[in-house]
Amino acid sequence: MPLTPDIIAQHGINAEEYEKIRGLLGRDPNLTELGVFSVMWSEHCSYKSSRLHLKNLPTAGPQVLQGPGENAGVIDVGDGWACVFKIESHNHPSYIEPFQGAATGVGGILRDVFTMGARPVAIMDSLRFGPCQPGQGTTADVAMRNHAIVEGVIGGIAHYGNCFGVANLGGETVFDAGYSANPLVNAFALGIARQDALFFGKASGVGNPVIYVGAKTGRDGIHGATMASEEFSDASAGKRPNVQVGDPFLEKLLLEACLEVMQTGAVAGIQDMGAAGLTSSSCEMGARAGTGIALDLDRVPQRETGMSAYEMLLSESQERMLLVAHKGREAEVFAVFRKWGLDAVTVGEVTADGLLRITHKGELVALIPNTALTDAAPKYDRPQKAPRRTLPLEPPPGARTAAEKRDWSADLRGLLGSPNIASKAWVYESYDTMVRTNTLAGPGGDAGVIRLKGTKRGLAMALDGNGRYCELDPRLGAQLAVAEAARKVACVGARPIAATNCLNFGNPEKPEVMWQLAQAITGIGEACRALGTPITGGNVSLYNETLGRGIQPTPVVGVVGTMDAPSGEVSPLPARFADQGRAIVLLSGAPVTDAATAWREFGASEYAAFQLHQLWGQPPALDLKREHALHTVLIEAHRQGWLDSAHQVSTGGIATCLVECSLAHTVERIPEAVFGLAVNLDSVAERELDDCLVLFGERASQVVVSCDPAHVERLQQAARTAGIDAFPIGVTTAEGFTLTRGGRPLVGDDLDFLADAWGAKP
Amino acid sequence: MKIGVVVFPGSNCDHDALHIAQLAAGKPAVPLWHENASLEGCQALIIPGGFSYGDYLRTGAIARFSPIMQSVRAFAEGGGPVLGICNGFQILCEAGLLEGALLRNAGTGFVCRPVYLRVDNNRTPFTHGFERGEVMRVPIAHGEGNFYADPEVLEELEEKHRVVFRYCTHGGAIEPEANPNGSLHNIAGICNDHGNVVGLMPHPERASEAALGSNEGFKVFESLCRTYATHA
Repeated sequence: MPLTPDIIAQHGINAEEYEKIRGLLGRDPNLTELGVFSVMWSEHCSYKSSRLHLKNLPTAGPQVLQGPGENAGVIDVGDGWACVFKIESHNHPSYIEPFQGAATGVGGILRDVFTMGARPVAIMDSLRFGPCQPGQGTTADVAMRNHAIVEGVIGGIAHYGNCFGVANLGGETVFDAGYSANPLVNAFALGIARQDALFFGKASGVGNPVIYVGAKTGRDGIHGATMASEEFSDASAGKRPNVQVGDPFLEKLLLEACLEVMQTGAVAGIQDMGAAGLTSSSCEMGARAGTGIALDLDRVPQRETGMSAYEMLLSESQERMLLVAHKGREAEVFAVFRKWGLDAVTVGEVTADGLLRITHKGELVALIPNTALTDAAPKYDRPQKAPRRTLPLEPPPGARTAAEKRDWSADLRGLLGSPNIASKAWVYESYDTMVRTNTLAGPGGDAGVIRLKGTKRGLAMALDGNGRYCELDPRLGAQLAVAEAARKVACVGARPIAATNCLNFGNPEKPEVMWQLAQAITGIGEACRALGTPITGGNVSLYNETLGRGIQPTPVVGVVGTMDAPSGEVSPLPARFADQGRAIVLLSGAPVTDAATAWREFGASEYAAFQLHQLWGQPPALDLKREHALHTVLIEAHRQGWLDSAHQVSTGGIATCLVECSLAHTVERIPEAVFGLAVNLDSVAERELDDCLVLFGERASQVVVSCDPAHVERLQQAARTAGIDAFPIGVTTAEGFTLTRGGRPLVGDDLDFLADAWGAKP
Repeated sequence: MKIGVVVFPGSNCDHDALHIAQLAAGKPAVPLWHENASLEGCQALIIPGGFSYGDYLRTGAIARFSPIMQSVRAFAEGGGPVLGICNGFQILCEAGLLEGALLRNAGTGFVCRPVYLRVDNNRTPFTHGFERGEVMRVPIAHGEGNFYADPEVLEELEEKHRVVFRYCTHGGAIEPEANPNGSLHNIAGICNDHGNVVGLMPHPERASEAALGSNEGFKVFESLCRTYATHA
């Protein structure tokens, strides 16, 4: 069948790319080969719009054992242990079919981790949804649809993770109208392995057998990667069959079987079949090792009859892996998979010619150099253009007066009920947060922390992204995302040592979107360099647009940190107060500000969005050097045993942060351990700032800590030495919540009312 | 004491049970693969939590047919101590070693959070280290933990004091608001007639080390090892 321009266009291959394919093959591709190129050269698999920019990210460091380019990044966490981690998006499938889309997103990232030989021990997720309440431009229909997406996504994550048996340590859930038809589902998984027992996706050893293991191949998910590389239209519901269906039970068996077979020594290389399934795993493994792979599709376990080569190569059926065994040791591999009741079949062998050679029913159906599909994929320096600023820089008329002399107690209660601030117990209580009994700090705090059994070490992880900040300034917004994720890790007392990123943007063929993407990558690079957290891998999700409307640029950053306790047990700092009568101190690396700047920054706050329904201005200023100093002070103060608690100031400003410190005990259902406070805000803000800016402004590099009053002076000394501020601002109390300024009471409330407003169930 | 932990495909709390059994017994516990009938001389058994066989039919419904369950039944009938946690409790009910059934949680899906439990029977091998009426904070993590039994069975359970654990407030009161899943009579765990087979939905093994936020559940395993030490 000749390939008409129509067929080529349907595969998302443009004329120039088609010519390139012809050049690489020295002939026209057949339909099967075109299908293979179309998925491997899709934005999702090839990173063709972002590769050029991603190479500027810092990826090296003494702690990095494996940077970008493998299935996941690997860092050295001491005592011979390696931490394997990565974040990945499943945005498009989660919009089309929320439950399965989110579930298979979790499944995919877990496979990326255990294919490296690591047992997944923790996951987190970063979620973005449209509002579930009508109003402010969201119609009742859209709100209802959003609600269904929320339920489906959270249900899917819970279903997959709980059954598989990996602890979910939280993450973030954010609502904004910009995500109404483009929800974001980013899953961050972390596993641990011995450093000398890591596995890589390399098809090494000519003559070695290529073994297919796991679920049978069906027609599901064909062209999923291509779908994830285009905008949605009204007809997108018809793409539902493009979404894969997940089976966490099968994945659990696959995990145990893979880890067991890796111990036999019979495995030369292994990779999961993710996007573009059989195709991507074989050509990537071949390309990394500089080898070829010959596959006989007739041997592939199939769960449907009459599948064509095209369908088998492009299927994205879940829970499958491709494994290269050492020749002669196949029997050991088969025995393990038989024990776990899984298919394991030799489907081909490693060859010397560097070619992907596919036969089906005795015929050669595809013959493509492996590197043509990977390294030679197009790489675009797409045009960029700073968008014309449509949002005001200065507060719109009325915003200032609207935020003056209000009932701050009522405003605080209102803000606590904002979907972006309210307790997320309704989300994370549907996840198993403790399985494997490693969870030292679960959801509801700043960072999740797990212990490494048998060592005196712990690993912390945290996620952050802020689309509103990035909308106003993608470079600074991205820096702030890195800073906040790292700050959360430092808040539990761990040292941030590496990062992973998930870049969620609109259509990169629009120069304005491309500019946002490039700016954000620049910002991430700057912040990661300053904070000592190289990027070890990640994911890019573009074309998050429906009917031409894109999302806010939303880079999401995951940071991993380590902590140890040479004498005794690892004990992460909680966010909650420990007792009454303890000193409350604000540690701050925030730049000094003036009223005009503070008002501009206020436009990016949750208060402006939720109470004033406005967005203006610029993200909070960030001094990366002082941010880093803040982390050092936190880590050192915790090591010295000075601190009871630490919680960073973020969405909703210091007032919200303090409420969260008071109520954080509700996470553990210890009602008798909820403490109030009396705080004077005089020292924390420049005198000319309006009350609303002081209470609800979101300044960067700030952390509220509590401690024995006897340690305050030492803490101040340490802060001074490091070049940051430490303001003693109050004391914890048995009950009541009072904030004053200049002798005036700003907020006076009862903890029960605040808990109600926040949605906590003590 | 040699403790065995039964491992089904889909068990995912098996490592946790092995870990805590080793801490309590002071020597390694033994994983027992579902396809083998041998209990390898174990003196107590734990059926751990998870999603045995994916729970695709009914939680625990397929697991009861596996070869090892024949041996577990014989062991239990001979008076050997057997503890079923979460999915393990469901399996014991499906296998007929315990009565009642665990239905879908009322009014909620899967829920994972700490709850308070009151020990109402301290004459089982797993609870005799507790005072009767003692309250402990232990997490739950299940979607189908809503205990149900026919009225006659329920009456018998109550009459013979075979309700071992009940969901309670942190003050120890048996109130509807302390019930996380709709279980009849706030029942979180029961035992058989002889008291040697105990099943509960909450996870004491997750609340057995201070570092994890609570070690109040460790008494379950300590009780077992102490029983053995006194009888041996």
